[in-house]
Amino acid sequence: MPDGETPAPLHAVNDFVVKFANVNGSGSASANGLFAKAIIRMGVPVAARNIFPSNIQGLPTWYEVRVSEEGRLGRRGGVDLMVAMNPQTWAQDIASIEPGGYLLYDSTRPTPPHLAREDITVIGAPLTAICNEHYSDPRQRQLFKNIIYLGVLSALLEIEPEVIETLLAELFKGKDKLIAPNVEALHMGRDYAARNLRPIGLKVRRADQVGDRIYIDGNAAAALGAVYGGATVAAWYPITPSTSLAEAFARWCKRYRTDPASGKARYAIVQAEDEIASIGIVLGAGWNGARAFTCTSGPGISLMQEFIGLSYFAEVPAVIFDVQRGGPSTGMPTRTQQSDVMLAAYASHGDTKHVLLFPEDPRECFEFGALAFDLADRLQTTIFVMLDLDIGMNDWLCRPFAWDDDKKLDRGKVMTAKELDAAKEFGRYLDVDGDGIPYRTLPGTHPSKGGYFTRGTSRDRYARYTEEGGAYVDNMQRLLRKFETAAQLVPPPVRRDCGRPGADGVIYFGSTAPAMDEALDALAAEQTPLDALRVRAFPFSEEVYDFVRAHERVFVVEQNRDAQFRSLLINEGGIDPQKLVPVLHYDGTPITGRFITSQISALTRARRPQRHAAE
Amino acid sequence: MTFIVKPRLHHPNLPKNRLGFTHRDYEGSVSTLCAGCGHDSISGSIIQACFELDLEPHRIAKLSGIGCSSKTPTYFLGASHGFNTVHGRMPSVLTGANLANRELIYLGVSGDGDSASIGLGQFAHAIRRGVNMVYIVENNGVYGLTKGQFSATADRGSRSKKGQVNHDAPIDLVAMALQLGASFVARSFSGDKTQLTPLIKAALLHKGSAFIDVISPCVAFNNHPGSTKSFDYVREHNEAVNRLDVIEPRVPIAIDQEPGTVELVTQHDGSVLRLRKVEAHYDPSDRVHALAYLQERHAEGEIVTGLLYVEPDAEEMHDYLGTVDRPLNQLGDGELVPGAAALQALNASLR
Repeated sequence: MPDGETPAPLHAVNDFVVKFANVNGSGSASANGLFAKAIIRMGVPVAARNIFPSNIQGLPTWYEVRVSEEGRLGRRGGVDLMVAMNPQTWAQDIASIEPGGYLLYDSTRPTPPHLAREDITVIGAPLTAICNEHYSDPRQRQLFKNIIYLGVLSALLEIEPEVIETLLAELFKGKDKLIAPNVEALHMGRDYAARNLRPIGLKVRRADQVGDRIYIDGNAAAALGAVYGGATVAAWYPITPSTSLAEAFARWCKRYRTDPASGKARYAIVQAEDEIASIGIVLGAGWNGARAFTCTSGPGISLMQEFIGLSYFAEVPAVIFDVQRGGPSTGMPTRTQQSDVMLAAYASHGDTKHVLLFPEDPRECFEFGALAFDLADRLQTTIFVMLDLDIGMNDWLCRPFAWDDDKKLDRGKVMTAKELDAAKEFGRYLDVDGDGIPYRTLPGTHPSKGGYFTRGTSRDRYARYTEEGGAYVDNMQRLLRKFETAAQLVPPPVRRDCGRPGADGVIYFGSTAPAMDEALDALAAEQTPLDALRVRAFPFSEEVYDFVRAHERVFVVEQNRDAQFRSLLINEGGIDPQKLVPVLHYDGTPITGRFITSQISALTRARRPQRHAAE
Repeated sequence: MTFIVKPRLHHPNLPKNRLGFTHRDYEGSVSTLCAGCGHDSISGSIIQACFELDLEPHRIAKLSGIGCSSKTPTYFLGASHGFNTVHGRMPSVLTGANLANRELIYLGVSGDGDSASIGLGQFAHAIRRGVNMVYIVENNGVYGLTKGQFSATADRGSRSKKGQVNHDAPIDLVAMALQLGASFVARSFSGDKTQLTPLIKAALLHKGSAFIDVISPCVAFNNHPGSTKSFDYVREHNEAVNRLDVIEPRVPIAIDQEPGTVELVTQHDGSVLRLRKVEAHYDPSDRVHALAYLQERHAEGEIVTGLLYVEPDAEEMHDYLGTVDRPLNQLGDGELVPGAAALQALNASLR
């Protein structure tokens, strides 16, 4: 394209990115959610992500919807259609539109001319004017404005209005008198577009690519996993982005765990005074045989360190859902990161290490959410489920939840009164089976057998107090054996080979998965095929080290600055650091396929001539 | 220092309680605290109280934090499960344990460092929540295990063994417990077993948050002139409001009525607390009066002891949470896991 020539407007069917720029607290979230869900109902996969401030009202917030019939659910990067409803962010919003893209804005007031771009199509709709004309109540003016722009968009993109009407009816079920005014507002927008706006190049067409997939956020899925995993005690302290996990657990419990006869709760949820008390409650419950969890984020994990160590040494089951985010204080904390990997893996003082699970989407949040409780009871230690804000707080399209009714909860090595009577002896920290996992008893089990005193470290195999060095070393060695056992019990990695001998490898985990899938295809298309390994747990199983051994060079893709996962691989596997090449994304937005592709492309290009020179 | 096993020699004529247990069955291992430590007397009272109440040792869970006081659960109830948690955090662990199994008796043992300094928040919130427990603070006003630093309950102007003067205002855990809603609040003195043992018995029978502050002089670091937590000082300034007898529900209740000097309080389980009043106007059912009285006497330099407040029909945390009667740790898969069919229905609603 020669300089100065205007690019042709973008044309795409079921493959584009729409971004909504709103002011938070303006009620835009439900209209934007309806937009995404309507496209899904038309059989076209969608990935939607909130980018929101640490604030309740007045600050900029964005909602990014990737429409992809092909099923690309990672963040793509770039914007094809910007719905710019926030004057504060006009400049950056308009600048982010792809050449040939579109801008929809409220044309009630004139826009600053210096923000105009020649290479995009600008579509104005006088939304405020329409609202002011139809509504007198200021709140209604605000809320219906959102539904009106949804109407305009649905007309421009040819989203079937009946689908949105059905969704509105579902949304306001029980508040039926709200349905008609919303439908009216929707059509106000549609009518305006039909009369005044020209068609654009982006279209949604009915397809059949959603299948039986469900649309849910990872926090709700993880909380459901906790219900299915038999958790009965939850203790938590509010912190973004994990709060909605605790709230979802309360909702699911009310639905699934209310005793039908008495109406009483088969669960207990305590909003504790802080994260320290939260994990303390979890340990107390775990010690006493109830399945218990807390959910938090990085700062909470920092506060819980001492208790996490106690769980490790005293061998008390606990589950922690860590919904990772950017660093301390407010601001970045409402952005996503995978930056608690080291914090969680080696949490606490003394020689400790912990089991981590890395779900890739809400479906695995559910699976691992349930599995974590079996593992905690089996291994008698803390299990971390490592979500992040992207998985936790955004709705994802994922495989439906499934459960095997023949499966029994694995309560681990807990001795009953009968077993205590039959046993020769009971030693709380005896390695009877050679797997490093001792047998435990619960308080109140037997009048004379199996009672013991729980301490951190100063004890022998029979839980008797000792400060003797040999007994300490003996115990620490057994804990290492237990950790080796853990490596065999955690979910194995998922390997996807490209079939080309001599290809490099790439390791990734968690919410990076959909962007990675897309990057792998893009890289293969540009002759850089890679073997890929999605790691799902720490401690790393032998398959992870086999993968590293089988490749000359392995990229490690993660969403933090310090290549924490790579450090963990190097530290635990004794791997040559030169072999593991970090690919790092940590600006707080979810990693994109484009980012991974360009980084790995550049690293590969940089290496090719070098190889030549060496040869 | 390692674990010292107490010889299991039983005198054949030791008295037995209704369960056939002797006093020895409620003991633990040999105390490693300093000879004469007030804490050992408190352990003795706990043993006596459990023996007299015919409690099954394995139905009691004993939890503690860190410090001299928190070491003591090793020295009583050897057949019970115990948990020596982390510093200042016993209340949260006890809360969790109680949530898991509401049927056991929970005995939390802590100290003034453990509860009034590092653990003040957890102390306060466990009391606020109405956790059904007996929470004993063995209060000596000093950090013993780290050799003699002031704790937050030390009185302003009191002197340490090294001669330093404490300038910080003291925290009165009894006043806090009253203010935070504890349904049983008492103070006693480790040197007064006849007062302390019935208080522990009454607390063990109480449903709700029972708090007992026991002044327990530290013979090593806080038993010198100038200390307000020494044996001599406490004996001289002790102002008992009442003396308590506990009559268990199964014992026929026949009490000599002594109008004006005896008050009877029936707890939720039918046990009767018989308060022989020393201070004629003292009313243990009046939280506001209890607080005022405590502070008035404190201003006069007196340490008020006895049963200061009791709410006999108190609710506790499980009542507030509406949990099922059966302990949560005994619910089976069928009661916990909603199953595949429920999941299918849920999937359908998420499309």
